[in-house]
Amino acid sequence: MALPYDSAAKFQEYAHPEVLVSTEWLAEHLDDPGLVVAESDEDVLLYETGHIPGAVKLDWHTELNDPDTRDYVDGRGFARLMSDKGISRDTTLVLYGDRNNWWAAYALWVTTLFGHPDVRLLDGGRAKWIAEDRPLSKDAPERPQTDYPVIDRDDAQIRAFRSQVEDHLGQPMIDVRSPGEYSGELLHMPDYPQEGAVRGGHIPGAKNVPWARAAAEDATFRDHKELESIYAGEAGLRHGDDIVVYCRIGERSSHTWFVLQHLLGFPHVRNYDGSWTEWGNSVRVPIKRGETP
Amino acid sequence: MTTGTLNPRLTEIVDDFTSLPGKERLQLLLEFSDDLPALPERYACHRDLLEQVPECQSPLFLAVEVDEGDTVHLFFDAPPEAPTTRGFAGILQAGLDGLGADEVLATPAEFTGQLGLGDLVSPLRLRGMAAMLSRIKRQIRNQRS
Repeated sequence: MALPYDSAAKFQEYAHPEVLVSTEWLAEHLDDPGLVVAESDEDVLLYETGHIPGAVKLDWHTELNDPDTRDYVDGRGFARLMSDKGISRDTTLVLYGDRNNWWAAYALWVTTLFGHPDVRLLDGGRAKWIAEDRPLSKDAPERPQTDYPVIDRDDAQIRAFRSQVEDHLGQPMIDVRSPGEYSGELLHMPDYPQEGAVRGGHIPGAKNVPWARAAAEDATFRDHKELESIYAGEAGLRHGDDIVVYCRIGERSSHTWFVLQHLLGFPHVRNYDGSWTEWGNSVRVPIKRGETP
Repeated sequence: MTTGTLNPRLTEIVDDFTSLPGKERLQLLLEFSDDLPALPERYACHRDLLEQVPECQSPLFLAVEVDEGDTVHLFFDAPPEAPTTRGFAGILQAGLDGLGADEVLATPAEFTGQLGLGDLVSPLRLRGMAAMLSRIKRQIRNQRS
């Protein structure tokens, strides 16, 4: 049974307020049956240093990807993963993590591929919970195994593949990487090592809005008005647009996908998870260098 | 400057990691993170003396000293919210600090791949650790010349 929504005033401005909870709400509902909290971090050891009491760990690196195919787990793999974590199909799943919920948003996007009915992000993530001196625990939670059903992954709605992006050229596209990666000056994130794209630049026509612009200093999402001025104002997205977002491997762009789809309510947003590591290395696809789309 | 065999301390660390099942390897890495000594005051107050290792995914700074006896002293600084990076620094600290310069220089660059962590932490991070090692070696060579 789903938990009540967080009625915080800030969230009511968003298109889908039900996808966010505040730290206050979570503290209040932490012991409610029907809730599972999962932490997904960029640093794979961070959970072990202390996590929200009762939270399970969801490791983007080892658990969400298929080890043999460059793809996500399939329906069977996802069912096994959810069952092992003690998550049922009717569980209210609250995700949170480090770095402005970067990897938590990615986990939420993957979860959405399987249509989990009630999945929400903790606004402000790990940083805000800690900044407010809320309790952390090192105890591994014990959750009884569940029997999560096998649901086929639906890649059609929110995921884009390379050939679809080729067909999409000329339509709205957001590149969420840093300006240096976008212009082609850098082949990887600032401070991150090279991950193997041969050419630098962006997909022709894509506008550059670095993903973290959607987050405020305290790691919470910017309010609706600020987000609208960035994405509708500066980037010129219009309601009803068919939008593709991408980054380097599809994780940062999951964050922007969340903002566009859930907070601003654009109905057609797809994340191109092949992103620059695929596009930048592909034979006979066009790229554009420099600061302009 | 040839790469030789792994010194006994690092060999023991590699054995400790590889004898554990996957999840417990992460716990051991966390212990190295927790045990990383804080910077001594002469660096804590002068962070400009530290060299940044930009290949690491999280901020990491290090300093290398080679004393008159040719013994190497290592100092690392990484924030608590980057435990993986701290853990790698902790392994290098535990495995190399206090050794002779030649012994440190002989450390094979590939040893970071022998810890059995490749499937648990991303390969990118392991490259960050390899970068720490190569910067340590470079500083030693610079200080000796």
